[in-house]
Amino acid sequence: MSTLSVQDHGVAHHEDDHGQHHHKATFLNTYIFSQDHKMIAKQFLITGMTMAFIAMILSILFRIQLAYPDKAFPLMETLLGRFAPGGRLDSNFYLALVTIHGTIMVFFVLTAGLSGTFANLLIPLQLGVRDMASPFMNMLSYWFFFIASVIMLSSFLVQKGPASGGWTIYPPLSALPKAMPGSGMGMTLWLISMVLFIASQLMAGINYVSTILNMRTKGMDLWKMPLSVWALFLTAILGVLSFPVLVAGVVLLVFDRSFGTSFYLSEIVLNGTQIQPYEGGSPILFQHLFWFLGHPEVYIVIMPAMGISSEVMSVNSRKPIFGYHAMVYSLIGITVLSFIVWGHHMFVTGMNPFLGGVFMITTLIIAVPSAVKTFNWLATLWRGNIRFTSAMLFAIGMVSFFISGGLTGIFLGNAALDINLHDTYFVVAHFHLVMGSAAIFGMLAGVYHWFPKMFGRMMNERLGYLHFWLTFIGAYLVFFPMHFMGLDGVPRRYYAFTEFESMKQWLSVNTFVTWAAIMSAVAQVAFLFNFIHSIFWGKKAPQNPWESNTLEWTTPVEHLHGNWPGEIPTVYRWPYDYSKPGAEHDFIPQTVPLSQTMSSNLPHDFEDNPVGLEEHTKWASTQKSNEEVK
Amino acid sequence: MMAKIEQEDRLNLAPKKFNMWIFIFTSFMFFAALTSGFIVYAGGSSAHGMNMKLPDAFMYSTAVIILSSITMFMASQAARRLQFAKQRLFLWLTIFLGIAFFAIQLYAWYYLVTKMGVYFSNPNASQSFIYVFTGMHLLHIFAGLLLLANTLWRSYRSIEQVKNLYSMQMSSIFWHFVDIIWIYLYVFLLLNQQ
Repeated sequence: MSTLSVQDHGVAHHEDDHGQHHHKATFLNTYIFSQDHKMIAKQFLITGMTMAFIAMILSILFRIQLAYPDKAFPLMETLLGRFAPGGRLDSNFYLALVTIHGTIMVFFVLTAGLSGTFANLLIPLQLGVRDMASPFMNMLSYWFFFIASVIMLSSFLVQKGPASGGWTIYPPLSALPKAMPGSGMGMTLWLISMVLFIASQLMAGINYVSTILNMRTKGMDLWKMPLSVWALFLTAILGVLSFPVLVAGVVLLVFDRSFGTSFYLSEIVLNGTQIQPYEGGSPILFQHLFWFLGHPEVYIVIMPAMGISSEVMSVNSRKPIFGYHAMVYSLIGITVLSFIVWGHHMFVTGMNPFLGGVFMITTLIIAVPSAVKTFNWLATLWRGNIRFTSAMLFAIGMVSFFISGGLTGIFLGNAALDINLHDTYFVVAHFHLVMGSAAIFGMLAGVYHWFPKMFGRMMNERLGYLHFWLTFIGAYLVFFPMHFMGLDGVPRRYYAFTEFESMKQWLSVNTFVTWAAIMSAVAQVAFLFNFIHSIFWGKKAPQNPWESNTLEWTTPVEHLHGNWPGEIPTVYRWPYDYSKPGAEHDFIPQTVPLSQTMSSNLPHDFEDNPVGLEEHTKWASTQKSNEEVK
Repeated sequence: MMAKIEQEDRLNLAPKKFNMWIFIFTSFMFFAALTSGFIVYAGGSSAHGMNMKLPDAFMYSTAVIILSSITMFMASQAARRLQFAKQRLFLWLTIFLGIAFFAIQLYAWYYLVTKMGVYFSNPNASQSFIYVFTGMHLLHIFAGLLLLANTLWRSYRSIEQVKNLYSMQMSSIFWHFVDIIWIYLYVFLLLNQQ
């Protein structure tokens, strides 16, 4: 097979030049300051997972508060000290928990953890590249991310606790250091952490785009790229264009906080006296700058999950992805549209109703490419020869969450409905399903699918099933009831609903949701155990465990710097030749030339290739005449 | 094989140059965001305009930075024609003009504060924006000067011509960009100064 023959040449040469060309591998440059994209991917994954577990524990803490607002848990005081006096969560600390949970999950887990892991792993491996355009910048990107994570977590150690104005850090709460305990040192650390984080994401994104556009192997034109790479490519473009805008917003915020400017701060009058010297600033300006990043950000979160799911679902349905071109164009459509919908987060800011109408229309239009993708996933599954691997289950789960969360997006995108639903649990339910759960399921699908590539061993399937079903059911049990709370007008970020007559009745639902959340959290232990155990003691992985077409499975199981021992394989076909009629196997790797698969070639395989088409017709007519002779 | 890998490394200079272009996009988005912020702020109410004349110093700094773009271009030309002495001379000139630009901008700030009473910490954020635009641009100038100094230093160590050209191109892409951004910011401020 060509996969094997490609590796054959050059193996002998490789051994002797290896020692001279590369620096000596030490612990420090292999595991810590590695410039190898595969190691950096693992670093991103493990840091991202750690952050995810921390953020999950934070969410359990505030869920306990919501379920038992009047009960004291002495253990809490033991664990959290001054943040839970008398065993009850401090109300300011509750807000800090919500804020940091959101920040970590959106940025550190689903942006850096997801894109960082899979872009670093898949872009070079699936495109046939030895390493990123600038491996050094790639390493820096990880270390900026790591330092940002440490600073973000260190804000739990300061006297007044972490930032607590919500993950969107709207001024004036974030701009006046005395506004609330979290607005002081905690907010400063938040801002420092985010600036480093953005620097990390920009370095990473620049590298991804440049690598994809410049360094693909021979034959790998853009239309032969797997959808995972397409998604990561467009994600990187989104990041590169939108993160600088958040920097601009944050820079102005820093000036307001520390230099006495009035970009965001207007006259603030308390008890009839003006307490601050600010005048004429516009807090809405911050919201514009924030959501100009913030909205593309949710697509930065979901698009890699979409790409990974497309890839996993095609491989495990043993069918070409339905509508490959439509999948790419819908990704492009989402990318472009995501820049002109940010106003739907601001419908209730006193926005001009006409402008609100414009944002409403663009928002509803973005549902179209999203629906195209959903349709295509379902059509890919349709009559597929489905293999229910753990990765496949998570990919299907991703589609399920994307649909059920996406439908409520259509409610929220309507300016008139949003007046009722804004800042209620309906919104919480919506985005936790459509981008939270869906993206984390895409990420988990990717982890299960590419684990053999990353660590050379297989994960345990049974534990994977257990993990999937508990998480899948748990996530629905957590987020589905929240829709009804939201419709009843229950606002998000409140400390204790028992304080309000009209919301008291939701206490039982909150208790239920908390227990569902605890169940899903415990299910993650199954994953963590499976992950760590399999790294060291899992079954050894074969070279191509899922019988997949893409290039990463042509590299040897043992990692080496430069990925392919000999020459980089050439690509001859798109990545989705699964179950092609007339083919010997139900998959044809991208490295197999069309000349080796005469019996399965179709006329449209030769669209830009008249010589090939001629050969094909010649071959087909000979076959036909042979048939007739028989 | 050795030669082959080296060949590949050399080809990787193109993707690195591409990195610079994408970085310029991110930088451009940053300044676009700041100027959009200005528009949103100033459009918020009629009292939010800049309501002042820009100091003349900005005119001189604009002239200086345009001149520095020309000397940068001459340096690139010289490098391409293997005239290394000339390349170094023009690089020195560019760095000198860059520092002059930096100084004039600082003088403009000094003038704004002492002669015009326009402070950074200001209830009218339109006027604070002048400092933000120029300050953030000066950060870019500073980065550009570091790049230029690096290129100059490398040219004295007489490195391979491929690498010399590469580092020339990297710094000249960036330098022309900060030049263009300044012109954009200056014109933007001129149009909004009333």
